[in-house]
Amino acid sequence: MCWPWAGPGATAEEWPILYSQTQTRSERTAPHAPSSRSCLPTQKGPLTEPVAAVVKPCELRAFIELIKLNQCSPDNILLISSTCSGVYPLDVGVNGALGKKLPGYWAAVKQGELDDDVRPTCRACTDFVPTNADITVALLGEADLDTQCTLHVNTERGAAFLEGLEGTASSGDLESEPLQRALGQRGTFREELFAGVEVGMQGLIHTFGRCIGCHACKTVCPICYCRLCYFDSQDAEHSPEFYEGELDRKGGLRVPPDTVFFQLGRMAHMTISCVGCGMCTDVCPADIPVSTLFSKVGASVQALFEYRPGRDVDEEIPLRTFEEEELAQVAT
Amino acid sequence: MENQAFTPRIVGFLCNWCTYAAADSAGVSRFKMPPSVMVVRVMCSGRVDPLFVLTAFFRGADGVLISGCWPGQCHYQKGNLHARRRTALLKSIFDTLDLEMADRFRLSWVSASEAPRFVQVVKEFTDQVEQAGPSPICDELFL
Repeated sequence: MCWPWAGPGATAEEWPILYSQTQTRSERTAPHAPSSRSCLPTQKGPLTEPVAAVVKPCELRAFIELIKLNQCSPDNILLISSTCSGVYPLDVGVNGALGKKLPGYWAAVKQGELDDDVRPTCRACTDFVPTNADITVALLGEADLDTQCTLHVNTERGAAFLEGLEGTASSGDLESEPLQRALGQRGTFREELFAGVEVGMQGLIHTFGRCIGCHACKTVCPICYCRLCYFDSQDAEHSPEFYEGELDRKGGLRVPPDTVFFQLGRMAHMTISCVGCGMCTDVCPADIPVSTLFSKVGASVQALFEYRPGRDVDEEIPLRTFEEEELAQVAT
Repeated sequence: MENQAFTPRIVGFLCNWCTYAAADSAGVSRFKMPPSVMVVRVMCSGRVDPLFVLTAFFRGADGVLISGCWPGQCHYQKGNLHARRRTALLKSIFDTLDLEMADRFRLSWVSASEAPRFVQVVKEFTDQVEQAGPSPICDELFL
């Protein structure tokens, strides 16, 4: 069984599918949008039979974070990932336009470049080499991709899976000139993207002022696993007295209220584990660059605790642990 | 409004076991301090979700104070150490997004026996928030 990068069917062409038998779908393999729920089959408990999961590096990081949060199980899952060349915005996939883009996509992959229409989130992603995969497929910058590809085996489980297969597999860190080049390019773009974020309360109001309060960003977020989010709970509902009080105090109130509150609150709760998958931006009906803001904030809070989401399954999430002696400057 | 003296509205989340007792003691001892802090008693500084702080700011607070037991003296062993990490995280968010709340947010350790220190913290923080002026986000319609 496997979750490939694409499934059959005209309308659901670009979505992960669980397979139970050998299928020849390679011609349909497509760079679909990251799935926020690639861990779903193990949510209620570990799988009893082996499953190979083909995931993008960001999905893999989310998987590791969710293991730490006791939301899924790594048992019986063989993780296969690849160096990532990004994906197209969700609307390209659901509009059926992806097929036309694929030749250009793979041409760019072979050159180690990104196709022009790939999401800005992916263009700004510097974590495109997977960590913690059992098997890593080298794709980016591999000119001979049509005839051969290199598999990097990182674990014993990966080696056992490949036993008996023809060809040679390599191991060790993935390093190549195209990867270095891509890292530089994407790092530069990342800085540009972050520099363009509107800051200050007025900046946030300008950015989130068009939020319609659908909470889709929270729904697709792989890290937002809470069954009942505070912002969907009764605690976040307001009485008529609240609205009257705000009217008396301020003379007006945006409806629905609490948009900036929602975004800042969600930042405080999850950016420490933000894997930068970019789905929040993809699904936003108001075209708010949610992911850019969350990645920028995520980079700073993760740097504070020298934490990298998805780096190590044994590394505790900083908000769930502490050091006795640390952060002395925080309390005055 | 400009002509009136500005008294900041500070929301203080005080730990039941130490700072709340210190504040009580300061009152009983009739220490003089600015009437700027509105006290919310919490069982531990570790109970303070970042959402509490944001709610206070968005509902009109000029400043937010979280105060609890010194490290190593938490009634629940480690609540204040979690509070310290959360505070660091929230401050980092404020700094990254260049938000006004950064200068209006303080975490202080005040034990039950430190009534004079509580007075000093309140005075200092009130001065600091007074300098910063009324919170510009208080009257913002688009929050």
